[in-house]
Amino acid sequence: MPNPTGNPATPTPAGTPTQVTQGSRTRGGIGESTLRPDGTLKVTGEFAYSSDMWHEDMLWGQILRSTTAHAEIVSIDVSEALAQAGVYAVLTHDDLPTDVTKYGLEYQDTPVLADGVVRHHGEPVALVAADHPETARRAAARIRVEYRELPVVTDETSALADGAPILHPHRDDHHAGHVAHPNIVHRQPVVRGDAAEAARRADVVVTGEYVFGMQDQAFLGPESGLAVPAEDGGVDLYVATQWLHSDLRQIAPVLGLPEDKVRMTLSGVGGAFGGREDLSMQIHACLLALRTGKPVKIVYNRFESFFGHVHRHPARLRYEHGATRDGRLTHISCRIVLDGGAYASASPAVVGNAASLAVGPYAVEDVDIEAVALYTNNPPCGAMRGFGAVQACFAYEAQMDKLAKALAMDPVELRQMNAMEQGTLMPTGQRVDSPAPVAELLRRVKARPLPPERQWESTAGADVRALPGGLSNTTHGEGVVRGVGYAVGIKNVGFSEGFDDYSTARVRMEVVGGQAVATVHTAMAEVGQGGITVHAQIARTELGVTQVVINPADTRVGSAGSTSASRQTYVTGGAVKNSCELVREKVLAIGRRRFGTHHPAWATAELLLEGGKVVTDGGEVLADLAEVLADEAVEIEAEWRHRPTQAFDLVTGQGDGHVQYSFAAHRAVVEVDTELGLVKVVELACAQDVGKALNPLSVLGQIQGGTTQGLGMAVMEEIVVDPKTAKVRNPSFTDYLIPTILDTPTIPVDILELADDHAPYGLRGIGEAPTLSSTPAVLAAIRNATGLDLTRTPVRPEHLTGTP
Amino acid sequence: MRVNLTVNGRPQQADDVWEGESLLYVLRERLGLPGSKNACEQGECGSCTVRLDGVPVCACLVAAGQVEGREVVTVEGLADYARQREQHGHGGHCATGACAAPGTSLQDARGWSATGTDSQTGEGTALAPVQQAFIDAGAVQCGFCTPGLLVAADEMLERNPSPSDEDIREALAGNLCRCTGYEKILDAVRLAAARQERQGEAV
Amino acid sequence: MDFLRPASWEEALAAKAEHPSAVPLAGGTDVMVEINFDHRRPEYLLDLNRVEPLHDWEVGEENVRLGASVPYTRIMENLRTELPGLALAAHTVASPQIRNRGGVGGNLGTASPAGDAHPALLAAGAEVEVESVRGSRFIPIDAFYTGVKRNAMEPDELIRAIHIKKAAGPQQFSKVGTRNAMVIAVCAFGLALHPDSRTVRTGIGSAAPTPVRAKEAEAFLNAALDEGGFWDSGAVLTPAIARQFATLAAGACNPIDDVRGTAAYRRHAVGVMARRTLGWTWEQYRSTGHALEGAV
Repeated sequence: MPNPTGNPATPTPAGTPTQVTQGSRTRGGIGESTLRPDGTLKVTGEFAYSSDMWHEDMLWGQILRSTTAHAEIVSIDVSEALAQAGVYAVLTHDDLPTDVTKYGLEYQDTPVLADGVVRHHGEPVALVAADHPETARRAAARIRVEYRELPVVTDETSALADGAPILHPHRDDHHAGHVAHPNIVHRQPVVRGDAAEAARRADVVVTGEYVFGMQDQAFLGPESGLAVPAEDGGVDLYVATQWLHSDLRQIAPVLGLPEDKVRMTLSGVGGAFGGREDLSMQIHACLLALRTGKPVKIVYNRFESFFGHVHRHPARLRYEHGATRDGRLTHISCRIVLDGGAYASASPAVVGNAASLAVGPYAVEDVDIEAVALYTNNPPCGAMRGFGAVQACFAYEAQMDKLAKALAMDPVELRQMNAMEQGTLMPTGQRVDSPAPVAELLRRVKARPLPPERQWESTAGADVRALPGGLSNTTHGEGVVRGVGYAVGIKNVGFSEGFDDYSTARVRMEVVGGQAVATVHTAMAEVGQGGITVHAQIARTELGVTQVVINPADTRVGSAGSTSASRQTYVTGGAVKNSCELVREKVLAIGRRRFGTHHPAWATAELLLEGGKVVTDGGEVLADLAEVLADEAVEIEAEWRHRPTQAFDLVTGQGDGHVQYSFAAHRAVVEVDTELGLVKVVELACAQDVGKALNPLSVLGQIQGGTTQGLGMAVMEEIVVDPKTAKVRNPSFTDYLIPTILDTPTIPVDILELADDHAPYGLRGIGEAPTLSSTPAVLAAIRNATGLDLTRTPVRPEHLTGTP
Repeated sequence: MRVNLTVNGRPQQADDVWEGESLLYVLRERLGLPGSKNACEQGECGSCTVRLDGVPVCACLVAAGQVEGREVVTVEGLADYARQREQHGHGGHCATGACAAPGTSLQDARGWSATGTDSQTGEGTALAPVQQAFIDAGAVQCGFCTPGLLVAADEMLERNPSPSDEDIREALAGNLCRCTGYEKILDAVRLAAARQERQGEAV
Repeated sequence: MDFLRPASWEEALAAKAEHPSAVPLAGGTDVMVEINFDHRRPEYLLDLNRVEPLHDWEVGEENVRLGASVPYTRIMENLRTELPGLALAAHTVASPQIRNRGGVGGNLGTASPAGDAHPALLAAGAEVEVESVRGSRFIPIDAFYTGVKRNAMEPDELIRAIHIKKAAGPQQFSKVGTRNAMVIAVCAFGLALHPDSRTVRTGIGSAAPTPVRAKEAEAFLNAALDEGGFWDSGAVLTPAIARQFATLAAGACNPIDDVRGTAAYRRHAVGVMARRTLGWTWEQYRSTGHALEGAV
């Protein structure tokens, strides 16, 4: 194996990713449920996650974080910490090596270490490197930080009040010029038609104000990694992330190193869901490694993880929907206020999504939409699965139910009547130019038979495991009422608003052991979604090989873009396909050179690579790939882009901002203990159009996983922030609850495959859409069971029992 | 302090252990067995589930000093453990280590001999039935919860070879997964149980 | 930090006498979390895992003498007939992995109002056998909880066992959490019918600074059952009795608002659980006249 550090003097750390090979007995091309190439490593415990990295003589890094949400740092005294035996370095903002001391996904507004002020609870203030994590913790506890408390900004009122503290007084970002107040990160209106005028045509108008809580990605693998200083003055960084090259772009300038001296390798990633788009410990580990000259490992514990990554934006959403008596939408107006917390992170993109997708998958001509994100002293919020669209979907679907009720219509019929379809104009003026089977998805979930009633009843009495409250034995059927609810959502796929969203794939084909083998090398972050499985399938389909080698993702190959926005199969999958096609052309050229005179079909027929052979489209075998290639290797590294998008107009929100849309619908069946306010979700059926299921098993896994995260948001998941102090009250898995297997129902999935002709293989990005409609479907079902007006998610027992 | 224990059938010794260290830390950082995962360190996720004298526990909540002289089975030793159980007949308990296999050596574990294996077939790697079932059913995504789930599921199938869905749910309620929505995990455990049953009938 | 590993009960008592600040460590389900999260750095950890007698139980004529470290799993599996309320409570504790390690001694030592065993112990009636090198004593469960995470033990004492009255009638336990498994109690309620003494006892968890009994509710119900001749007739309880019992049980709460739930909800939920558990136990009493395992 090549030495990944590129530096012969440095031993390879334990846990360095290696190639995975799949295929000697595997046929599977696209469309088949081939299994994960990393599956065996993962079930044997051999797969190395970033927290498993280990190096002889390594130190442990520890981060001291602010104990208060907004304060001036009067002084920091590190002398006592430095004096501890076993401590190798203590760093503060003053120790940063260059003038670049901030980073950020969109705005560079996040200090690597607090610079005279902390803006949120848990902000990094100082770093320690020591020979044992406990030594590092004790030393960090001995750093004396004197704070002078500042007033906190926690919501729109306090953020925009006269004399409100300005979180970032010297903004120079690209949105600074157009926002009305410096505590507004970004504002995006979308105006089309004349909503006020259209409202006069409405026979029924419903309004509502909705609150969406702060959700956490709660990936199980904590933020962690290992930085190894190299002899050339650079650093090798092994880390779990969603986008290596975005990290690199932010890390290198802070370290004062050229990008080629910061060599990044993707270590095993224990889930991401958006929470690894921003940097966490990357720069900190590198700083400590470069300072001490030793490898430094940092692993957050769960407590720290709650402060170590951004969360899903909490939101307040005010909506007005109007309709004619027969159920046609006349207009929708809304205002969506997203709390971005102390730093911008992905807030501008979240605003763009919330605004452009604010009305949902419905055809409505007159809209008046405004979305804003605020700077506050709350925890920073950014990317999480479905961002912007998730919050909006919760509100617009609640509104659709409310409207159906006001019209005395069936809520599914109302949705179907107003459902968008291919050709519909979005509020942004963009025409939907691929299938949008919204009505059909709803029809499918509705047509499914309902699960049997009273499934908890057995001959031995009530099985509490099947009842609300579960093992806690709160009901044996008393107070339990069933409810059914529906929701449907729309999510954009890929990076939007004119972003140059591309990926890079290097594909190599050569003969190994008499057999043609393809090697795929990308920088795509495999975070569990199965991208590497799909890459192997694409290579097989395009190159006709069985054996595929997947190289570890690193920065030795061009950027793959982010594993987010449901984009990787589309964009990096597209890049792999494209590079395979280029490799195939070269291979065929070699074949023509070598064998062209042997058979006229080399010149005249459409040639394919299948089963390790060159064949004509008529099925005639021309040559074995091993013969064609002989000892030649063909290698291509190429970038691939999807269709360009446009920025939204800052005043009207008009523009072809998105590359593709993705749709899913859910039907939730719940049983609610109406007296205790406890909920058991009995079934959560989903129908989704996936364009083309490259790997049906993985598609199911994505849909069921996304659905479950939406369920968690409906009934239990919320980071609770004290409104007075802006401090997090539940940073642990004891009090931030995610669904267990006993909270998760059966999730039957109906997959449609309506090709999008603009996308590789006709596929549609799928990862996020199921997270959207799951939450409002569960809420709708609970409303159906209880008759309550629930305007907030997650819904808590006190909301269902009138005991706030 | 020094701690002696048996891990996956192999006597192990850890030196200079800090008194507050957990079994999980000792396994991961001192014995080169990072298969048991550090997802919450508060007993709320089950990712670090190991068998301590045969009993599934959260390794993060066992103090290193408490395992002196005791037997630990981790995911790295699960295939051997299942094989030993198979050889000693169904229900045969092998917590004592008397029938233990050589296990993973420290050097092997540290060396990360991530050989090119084919997960379609598990070729080159002997897997416990439940491990194979997790691969086959698509129960692995990011895989961080997988080791703990495998240890817990294997122990449940040892006690209860034909579990109902509710039994599976109850037994695995201490193991959080954030990726799969659990459906494929249920499939995997059902699959392992069915294969086990079929194998039992065949014998 | 020092790690003390006594091999016997006597050694454990001696160690605790020598180092009264030593933190006893058994299942680790409280102490290790505090250590892992850097909330606590005790000078001494006193490992009780090797003290064999703590893992044993004896079923006597009147009582079960339950070793402090008997894991919840064993209680669920082996003592459902003798201690049905506690077995039900044990089944709600955290996860299977935690139930394999944690025991009632830990719940009592930590004395968190949210400990799952407390309501069941209060309802069943129990005494805590504590011991030091100075000797042993029995602390009635009603006198054991003295404040938030405080108990009636002296610094040199350790919990040897819990003597719990064997069930002479049906017992129930309910706990509210916002998840269907692995959840800390928002509030909990235990109820035991004692047909032998014709009394009812209760226990409330997580709805006051300490676990408490709903004494007024008990007194009301005892009187109502007695006056109505219900113990003899086995008649259906009138809804009014159940309602009043629930109201009084809710009134026994002195809860707080916290991140897990509101005070108002806790009071409400305790009332609902009181009414339901009374209904379940009474139905069981009517149909069998004697103790049965709880549902599940």
